[in-house]
Order: sequence, then structure tokens, then C-alpha cells
Amino acid sequence: MTKIKTLADLKKMKEELQTKVDLREKGDSAENYVQIKVGMATSGIASGAKQVMDFLIEALEKRNIEAVVTQTGDMGYCFAEPTIEVKKPGEEPIVFGYVDMKKADEIIEKYIKLGELVDGIIPVNYQVIDDK
Amino acid sequence: MNTISMHILDIVQNSIRAKATLIEISIHENRVKNYIEIVIKDNGEGMDTELLNHVTDPYTTTRTTRKVGMGIPLLKHSAGQANGYLKIYSEKGVETSVQVTFQYDHIDRPPLGDISGTIVLLVAANPDIDFKYIHEVNDNKYEFNTCEVKGILENVRINDPKIRGMLKEMINENLSELYVI
Repeated sequence: MTKIKTLADLKKMKEELQTKVDLREKGDSAENYVQIKVGMATSGIASGAKQVMDFLIEALEKRNIEAVVTQTGDMGYCFAEPTIEVKKPGEEPIVFGYVDMKKADEIIEKYIKLGELVDGIIPVNYQVIDDK
Repeated sequence: MNTISMHILDIVQNSIRAKATLIEISIHENRVKNYIEIVIKDNGEGMDTELLNHVTDPYTTTRTTRKVGMGIPLLKHSAGQANGYLKIYSEKGVETSVQVTFQYDHIDRPPLGDISGTIVLLVAANPDIDFKYIHEVNDNKYEFNTCEVKGILENVRINDPKIRGMLKEMINENLSELYVI
């Protein structure tokens, strides 16, 4: 297969793919997907948020889980970077800290697939010293 | 922050937080004059002179979640180590641009890193923002523009995992050609 190089190649590949598989359309509501936000401020990037994000996208795609992975700014948990927020359809979002690739894999397998909670959750009522 | 790509990923977060709708990332590698220059320009809310004067101070941040901001100071430090400099121009309500240079062959210049991955990540993670990415190596130039890409994708999401793969391949193919003399 020739590689995609020009915009025309991209158009061709997209059309080819569209006939074979469902590509996500803009109109689809994100509510129906698992939504993951990766904390990507200086602290997140420095501790490997980009690799975690790449891993999440690849792994979710391979395991056929409908998900949208986006980035967000700092969540205020710099000590626990990389942090990710996972929101399953119809559920409250949960923030996980210290997410490396191994942890990300565990989150997909246990929390996203089976609904089991895993270690590393940062509770919503977690207080930092500035709040006091 | 051990690559230039990671710094770019970081600095662009400032543009996103400044509510930019168009972000332009240009990289110019000039091996003849021995420098690499990166300019990140956005049409976000901009900064006033007072903030601009303090922005390279690590204890300056506009965020409310904590009191320090290391993005700009780290990049400035990195440029300084490689015989380069960092300059910021901004006009409140109009635009901001961050310009940073490094001596190309300086031993302390960070490598470029995974630039195609970084661009695709930014584009896919912020589907509502338009990105322009211009990469020049000496006289060779490649330009990637999400306005054009979105036009071609029509109703398909730019952050679909399969589309991401395609975009990365497209950028890589064009980049590899830039380095052919």
C-alpha cells in the first residue's frame, strides 16, 4: 500500500475506510462514549502524559472500546501526574493519579471494561493545602 | 522536557487556555546559518504589558489551581543553555507569539523529538481549534493546515483513531522529504 502523503491521498483513504468501517461522525454525541481527559500541563507532560495518551488511544482502538481521548489543563494534582479523568456514559467522572502505561492498561481492563475500581483514585473531596 | 516537541506541546496549552481559535506552529531549521527557530502564534486573549513583563518568572501563572507556572521559564532556560533566546510578543485581545531559538549544532540543544505525534495529538485533542503547522528545513517547506484537512474529512471526526493514524503518516511522509537535500 502506498503511503498517505497529499491531501488527495487522505481523501481517498478516508473514503475507502468509510465504506468498510464506521468512522466517527461529528454529529455523534460524545455522551455515548467513554470520555478520557489527560491532564497535560507542564507537570503532566514532564512526567509522561503524552506517552500515556498515545497508549490509551492505541489500546482503546485495539480493544474496540468506543472512546474519545482529549487533553485538559492542569487539574491541581501535580504531585500525582500523570493524571487522567475517566467518564463512562451516564456515570460521574473519576480522576486517577500516577497513571503510567501499566496503570492505564489496568484502568481500561478493570474500570472501563468491568466497572471495578482500581487503586490510584483521587477523591473529589481531596483537599490541597491552599483550600484550608 | 527533554525534546523541543514536548516544549511545544506545553506552550500550546497556554494558547488553548487563552481561548485561541487559531494556533500557528512554525519550525525553521536553518542549517546554513546554524539555528533552529520555533514560533508559536495564537489569536487568543493576549496579555497586557504588566503580565508580559513578568511572564518568564516561574511564580507567574494565570491559573487558579496553583501558584507557579513553569512552561515558559523552562523553555527559556533550555534556549539559554543552547545559545538561544526566547521572546514573547503580545497584544491584549489580538494575538500572542512566542519565539524561541537554539543554536542548531549546540551540544545542549534538545532534539526535536516526536513532532508529528505532537501535532496530531494537539489537533485531535482540540477538534474545535484550527492549527497551522509550518516546518522549514533550509529552503524546503511543508505546511499542514487543519482547515484544509477538516474540509476533506467532511462529517468525519478529526479525532477518530483511524484518522489520527492517517494524519501522522501524512506528516511523517512530508517531513522525511524535507531532509532530503
